[in-house]
Amino acid sequence: MTITIRLQREAFDAANEIAALTRNRTDIGAVVTFTGICRADENGEPIAALNLEHYPDMAEAEIGRHIEAARQRWPLLGVTVIHRYGRIAPGEGIVLVVTASSHREAAFAAAEFLMDYLKTRAPFWKQVEKPGGKTSDKIWVEAKASDDSAAERWKPVPTKREAAN
Amino acid sequence: MKVRYFAWVRERVGKAEEDIDPPDGIATVGDLVAWLTRRGEGYAYAFENPNVVRSAIDKRHVRSDARIAGAGEIAFFPPMTGG
Repeated sequence: MTITIRLQREAFDAANEIAALTRNRTDIGAVVTFTGICRADENGEPIAALNLEHYPDMAEAEIGRHIEAARQRWPLLGVTVIHRYGRIAPGEGIVLVVTASSHREAAFAAAEFLMDYLKTRAPFWKQVEKPGGKTSDKIWVEAKASDDSAAERWKPVPTKREAAN
Repeated sequence: MKVRYFAWVRERVGKAEEDIDPPDGIATVGDLVAWLTRRGEGYAYAFENPNVVRSAIDKRHVRSDARIAGAGEIAFFPPMTGG
């Protein structure tokens, strides 16, 4: 399986990443991409940009562990994950997940699985930059309970010990 | 051992990282949080709700009952909001 993980400041191009993943391959029958894009609002309030902080080595290791977990669940032929950090303006991509498999079911499911885990387990933190540019206008985005429940649904049946917690 | 802080935990503590040498008896991540909290206002503010702050040992998520013996790098950070 071809695995690519990149953490970068620069923008990415989904079409280029699909081409790179599928070049000279005739075994891949399905490619799914997910692109997370910076909106111009957060909780109904306009924003100037997002600033993403991350824990570099752990982010890469954690994404790698989730790709490995996905590979054990589905017959994947390739995965590319690109996550940006630094300042990201509305309309720009934040994260890209590309999954490739022989058939669509695995590619769809693995892309969703990876995104649900990236949201709650990959060490990135978004800070909203409000229009105006004052330091006091920088606000950390709060984690959403809905993201936790999205990741929860992929969990195997809990053991007794986990269920007690 | 090295301790690293991220996002608002970093802002409240007032530094991104530091080397610490906790006394004997500080066995778990939870013990370490309690010890750090006594070091000053910034730490107390960062860990005012210790159930919210997440932790990692050597770049893996851990819970507060994880033992810190042998850890090279411990990190504290808010719930993650990437993706």
